[in-house]
Amino acid sequence: MPKGAVVIDAERCKGCGLCIAACPQQVLAFSGTLNRSGYNAAHAAHPEKCIGCAFCAMTCPDIAIEVYKEKVAI
Amino acid sequence: MPIDVDGLVKVFERPRSLTDARFTYCPGCHHGIITRIIGQAIDDLDIAERTVGLAPVGCSVFAYLWYRCDALQAAHGRASAVATGVKRARPDLIVFAYQGDGDFASIGTAESIHAANRGENITVIFVNNQIYGMTGGELAPTTLVGQKTATTPDGRDPKLFGYPIRFSEMIAQLDAPAYVTRQALYDTKRIQDATAAIKKAFEYQVEGKGYSLVEVLSTCPTNWRMSPVRSNEHVADVVTQVFPLGDLIDRG
Amino acid sequence: MAERLLLRGNEVIAEAAIRAGCQCYFAYPITPQAELLEHMAQHMPRLGRTFIQAESETAAVSMVYGAAAAGVRTMTSSSSPGISLKQEGISYLAGANLPAVIVNIVRGGPGLGNIAPSQCDYFQATKGGGHGDYHVIVLGPSTVPEAGELTTLAFDLADRYRIPVLILADGLLGQMMEPVELPDPVEPDALPEKEWATTGAAGRDPNIVLSFDLDPEVLKRMNLELQAKYREIEANEIRLEETATEDADIVIAAHGTIARIAKSVVRMARAEGIRLGLFRPITLWPFPYDPLRVLSDRVDTVLTVEMSAGQMWEDVRLAVAERAATPFYGEVGGVVPTPRGILNEVRKHAD
Repeated sequence: MPKGAVVIDAERCKGCGLCIAACPQQVLAFSGTLNRSGYNAAHAAHPEKCIGCAFCAMTCPDIAIEVYKEKVAI
Repeated sequence: MPIDVDGLVKVFERPRSLTDARFTYCPGCHHGIITRIIGQAIDDLDIAERTVGLAPVGCSVFAYLWYRCDALQAAHGRASAVATGVKRARPDLIVFAYQGDGDFASIGTAESIHAANRGENITVIFVNNQIYGMTGGELAPTTLVGQKTATTPDGRDPKLFGYPIRFSEMIAQLDAPAYVTRQALYDTKRIQDATAAIKKAFEYQVEGKGYSLVEVLSTCPTNWRMSPVRSNEHVADVVTQVFPLGDLIDRG
Repeated sequence: MAERLLLRGNEVIAEAAIRAGCQCYFAYPITPQAELLEHMAQHMPRLGRTFIQAESETAAVSMVYGAAAAGVRTMTSSSSPGISLKQEGISYLAGANLPAVIVNIVRGGPGLGNIAPSQCDYFQATKGGGHGDYHVIVLGPSTVPEAGELTTLAFDLADRYRIPVLILADGLLGQMMEPVELPDPVEPDALPEKEWATTGAAGRDPNIVLSFDLDPEVLKRMNLELQAKYREIEANEIRLEETATEDADIVIAAHGTIARIAKSVVRMARAEGIRLGLFRPITLWPFPYDPLRVLSDRVDTVLTVEMSAGQMWEDVRLAVAERAATPFYGEVGGVVPTPRGILNEVRKHAD
């Protein structure tokens, strides 16, 4: 499976949990750390499982997630 | 702990036609998703420099802050009429009106219907979350029967307040509109469908095909008193029974 | 090459707007301004300009807001009840610093009223009408040719100050026909670009048109900027006409068609030996308080005559204070005072 990675901007995150629910690989979880706005921001709890599908980023209402993917040669 | 992106290619980032401003919306509110999708469409069609957005009154009153485009803040309900004025004055501009259910379907009923009926070559995004968010969770024309709101504390009684209005179906009765569709955002598949629909709605304007309306079933976790995830389930299971998804008209 | 035509007031206003380069016109039918709408419906599309019969007066003024923001010259017209519907839009135009021309062919009120002429919208026009601390420039023509001239002026003032300008006419002026000389047309393309307008943010920062800020300190600043603009307009744009006031004992204060009738009364009174003059504000906002104050030092009486229950009368009393007597004669309901009726009032106060 292609390797992927997500970078979550913890300060933009509002802890809504939609990304956690959207992730098919159970990569994401609440970090348990409050950001400056007082939200329990999401983070990649299991980054090694990420496939770079970007489902999390697509649903993030705060565009807090950037997604990276391994470039696969055809 | 920083994520290692060495050797990886970035495949998803903020659309460049959006500013860096932080959205003022509640956690989990779909306004942010729709805004990103609009930004994506503007990027894909490369029209930022000639796009003019219309911000309504409601939670998205600050919509003019999100786009690297000219914008106007319109009076409540009037965005479809204001968009008409902008587009007729300068037909080369790409004009979109972004309206909630109060703005589009209550106080703006006449303006919404008649801009559609004249076939104004504009793109209208109608955010339907069945409630008035900004003012504290009151009844909307689209509120479901039995739904509790600040002004229907015992649930919407059709004998007193009628039934949820299917506005897109009404607009679809008109001869002029080019594209009328209802979308949702409760899972990835719906988000992908909505992305294609909103892009089409802008594309049709670029191609001069006439009036496009995209109704987006959205959530209001705060006033629905549900978590964002539960709100998505509510749209998937309950709201789509009253407001069916899909294209109502596509004359493009 | 100026053209000379026989036109009614409604048509002259429409034609003057077209010749001033009005690009977009939006309105809803209402008596007694139908001819204005129809003239625009006929001519605007032929010239490649925009005419929309909007779904309501409220929608029409919102379309004006959009077109004005997009940087074109734009106008709407209506009559009293329709102007009430436009108050929201007018407040928004004023708050957003947008230029636009609004025409009120005033009819009898309040409520549905009737379709006869009146001047009962003076308060609505000059004291607000819509919500918030704002003004619009209000111009009061008293002849058909002047209706055309003031329409041309309205577009210039609107652009110069980024302010809505309201032409306060009435059903009598709208319907009557007089010979007019129309100015040479100005093409919309020939008008200067408005760098603040929402024309597409190519090569510049986005322009945002709004009348809103949640921060009271910011909204305060926006309000103070509006007030500074109004002070500038008050200092520079007052227009009035005085007739036979140099040696007058008694002066009629009147605007619009009543001032025109009052000119006949001045002739009739003078023939009887009454030294009557006429003070005619042309800008109803800004109101010529200072010129009237100065005049009232020289006369015994300033008789306000209006087709209303006494609206401009309040501004007259503000200007005159105790310097002269300030009686009032008015007709309401669409009744038009006759020269003889006004002369009778003059005689009462002439002793």
